[in-house]
Amino acid sequence: MKIDRAAVHDLLAEYGALIDLAKFDEWLDLFAEECRYQVLPRENFDRGLPAALVYCDSRAMLEDRIRALREANKYNIHIDRHVIGLPRIFDNGLEVEAPFAVYQTDQEGATRLFATGLYRNRLEISGLRLKIRDKLILLDTFAVPSLLATPL
Amino acid sequence: MVTAAIWPTLDYSRVPYRLYHDAEIYAREQERIFRGPVWSYLGLDSEIPEPGDFRATWVGDTPVVLNRDKAGAVKAFVNRCAHRGALVRREISGNAEQHICIYHQWCYGLDGSLMAIPFRRGIRGKGGLDPSFEMRRHGLRPLTVGNINGALFGTLAEDAEPLEDYLGPPILQQLSRLLDRPVRVLGYNRQRIRGNWKLYAENTRDNYHASLLHEFLVTFGLDRSTQTGGVKMDARHRHNITWAEADSDTDEFAHEAYSGVGVRNDFLSLQEPSLVAFRRERGDNLNLVVTSVFPSAVFVQISNSLAVRQIRPRGVGEVEIFQTMLGYADDPPEMTLHRLRQANLVGPAGLVSMEDGEAIEIAHRASQPDIDRATVIELGGSGVISDRDYRVTDVPLRGFWSYYAELLGIEPGGAVR
Repeated sequence: MKIDRAAVHDLLAEYGALIDLAKFDEWLDLFAEECRYQVLPRENFDRGLPAALVYCDSRAMLEDRIRALREANKYNIHIDRHVIGLPRIFDNGLEVEAPFAVYQTDQEGATRLFATGLYRNRLEISGLRLKIRDKLILLDTFAVPSLLATPL
Repeated sequence: MVTAAIWPTLDYSRVPYRLYHDAEIYAREQERIFRGPVWSYLGLDSEIPEPGDFRATWVGDTPVVLNRDKAGAVKAFVNRCAHRGALVRREISGNAEQHICIYHQWCYGLDGSLMAIPFRRGIRGKGGLDPSFEMRRHGLRPLTVGNINGALFGTLAEDAEPLEDYLGPPILQQLSRLLDRPVRVLGYNRQRIRGNWKLYAENTRDNYHASLLHEFLVTFGLDRSTQTGGVKMDARHRHNITWAEADSDTDEFAHEAYSGVGVRNDFLSLQEPSLVAFRRERGDNLNLVVTSVFPSAVFVQISNSLAVRQIRPRGVGEVEIFQTMLGYADDPPEMTLHRLRQANLVGPAGLVSMEDGEAIEIAHRASQPDIDRATVIELGGSGVISDRDYRVTDVPLRGFWSYYAELLGIEPGGAVR
């Protein structure tokens, strides 16, 4: 399978849309069987410090996160809106960087910028599909407004 | 003007909402608490290991710089130029030989003393400062710094009691337990909550909410109120230790206790159980210890995740929780990985902590319009304030308010302490 720009664009677009639609099982399916997902405060990244806000170094941990979100966690009632910028593509399409912004809108229609930062994705080809092997979310907005529950 | 008459009861079982919303009270807290005779957590000795290393922090609203001087001593001072009141050190951390205010280049040493002023004698004998100007009277305002096992505390008051006395034996014992080996900072996280800072200070002393708000604790078997545990305070009841022991209850007992509580009690399991697996690190079985130090520090052990939280008030209606995640310097890589995984439990995205952000915001929002009404603090009984060997209690909140009232000068006659 040839990785072209359109395939990368499609993956990023699906990624944001599935979170915004709260279709988390389909969102999980964008990740490879062996994968890692991290939300790392810029403050830590810049200092070479490893502690992340969300650190899932296996598919099982990522699935547990989603299960906890559904079964146990309580959070501000809101909808997310991902705005993902044009990607920079390296290594024949296997390394993809994209800036993002996530807006949150509450039940009364008030919107705020919740988070902005940079996605750094390592992709892999799985059968006929492009999957996320390693996603590092560098969070510029590391003074997290209220709380972080739904995935970035 | 708020007075002792504000309290509906003498045991602090009622706290008027006004105390969370009144700007005048907020200003008085800054003066009498944060700039008063308390010791505030500033940072860790290991964050500034080399001479010249500095970190910017806060004591209440007051910006503070913490650094190590050339002789290796830790110094802290108010981060505000003696000249025009500008922030001197703008970066959050770094290494420097001196601190120079960008506005007019006034230059301070690592001990906070004023070392140089540009054009002090003017140009060609004209302008500049009068020769009588005394440099030594215009240094950065110092804090007194104390060090307990590498945790640095500071006070702006000249009449503060010694740090060891302020903390008292139970807190000192917990700090020597948690910081029994050199620590390594694994990272920081921050959370800005739209609520008054005291709602957070109460939250960390509130054992009752833990397994009810943070359902993950019970649902995935990390911590439940049926475990052996309790609350332990210092003699003045201003600080608190909430503690629990691992594996000290049974599933059957917990299932029965939580039936009808509204929390799911069928105990799910994780695909990756190491997230909640507790590894004993010392000769006790404590898997949850939350040590709240008045007014603004919380030392936290939840399973094997270790952290210090600093409560940073940001006006009457917002607070930042600044959390430093820790491991020990001699942790093998595999243990560091375990702690990084368990860091998922805490912080703004924490599986057992994210709810606090929401709980504080809804409490702040709904209490605002009716400031003469009051909260109810009666779990574990009213009246005398004392330690408890059970967990369904919020008695330490009353201890917090008792010392708060004393510092603000609004302690009613005959009130409990």
